[in-house]
Amino acid sequence: MKYLQMMLVMLSVVLLTSTTVMAEVPSPKIPKGNAEQCVEPTSEMRVNHMKYILHQRDETVHEGVRTKTHSFKNCISCHAVKDDAGKVVTIKDERHFCNSCHTYAAVKIDCFECHASTPTAKSGGNPHATSKPLVKMTAIGSNK
Amino acid sequence: MNKPDAEPNGMSRRKFLGAGATAAGVSLAPGISLINVAEAKPLADTVTSDKRWGMLIDTNKCAKGCSACVEACNTENGLNTGDELNSRPEQKAQWIRKVDLRDKLTGHEVSLPLMCQHCENPPCVDVCPTGASFKREDGVVLVDKHICIGCRYCMMACPYKARSFIHEELTNQVEVTPRGKGTVESCTLCVHRIDEDTNNQRDPACAEACLKEGHKAMIFGDLNDSSSELSRELKKHSTKAIREDLGLNPGIRYRGI
Repeated sequence: MKYLQMMLVMLSVVLLTSTTVMAEVPSPKIPKGNAEQCVEPTSEMRVNHMKYILHQRDETVHEGVRTKTHSFKNCISCHAVKDDAGKVVTIKDERHFCNSCHTYAAVKIDCFECHASTPTAKSGGNPHATSKPLVKMTAIGSNK
Repeated sequence: MNKPDAEPNGMSRRKFLGAGATAAGVSLAPGISLINVAEAKPLADTVTSDKRWGMLIDTNKCAKGCSACVEACNTENGLNTGDELNSRPEQKAQWIRKVDLRDKLTGHEVSLPLMCQHCENPPCVDVCPTGASFKREDGVVLVDKHICIGCRYCMMACPYKARSFIHEELTNQVEVTPRGKGTVESCTLCVHRIDEDTNNQRDPACAEACLKEGHKAMIFGDLNDSSSELSRELKKHSTKAIREDLGLNPGIRYRGI
């Protein structure tokens, strides 16, 4: 009986210390997107976002599928983070949405060696662009 | 993973109306239709070989010294900006270029834009060791830069010298045209424009600029659609493909050479 009591005390000590240690572990500060809800549940996106992007990537490049829901442009547009001056930050900034977690997890991504890391501005930049933003933000989950 | 954008079973009202319009469109005499059938596909559909995108370039209308198409291409796709400005002229990105030809015998001069000819049998696709160089079902020849290893074999294989290699590290690329160091690239016929839905579909930037300039030397359209302006022009006039002897059947054809 005494042995069991000792075990319980030890276990509680271990549990307590581990909670204090847990609190000290740095966690990524992930900025919220600009819409109410992501295109898929957050838990799903945390685990599988790369699969959605890869899937859409091949369909877009090879088969010309241009749905907006899972498009890379849509991610970048909705998850644009602005700095204090109100300017959208690029991938070089640690506050960029993708950086906020990828730096923490030490997972290097090379998407932005080719892709734009900020949405195209409504005016300026490309004079051939329409006045509308190229990525249309419609109701989440809708087709177009 | 479910295909998230797939439509539920059954025909939507929109599709049903679309099908009706198509039937009405083809029921009249060839070349005449009451309803202009939309050329574009819905965003969720894959491209098919029902279409073959192409272009007719009328060298009689193309003005010597005018490079509106080249400039429009550069702006549209964000070519030659940033570090690329330091590249040697031979290394700079060149998706479309102006070529002046002179007949030595008669002195007759023509000026024409030359870009990827979007061949039916593209040599660049034949030689690509990774499958990065490919032809879409609708005839557009592209580079999948995710797969390209930058070997430049395709650049050697292309008889039109239509491809460029990116030598510099790039930043601030245009959203519609992802491009980066170590990959090969060429004219995409502005796929991002032609893949848009009916209301937003636009001609490639070069053709649009040529029209804006008042020359209308470039007509873009569907080679498989006999009622398209492109097909009607091709039927009416004698046209040529450059290096027809190679049997590549390019999607870009020229008039007046």
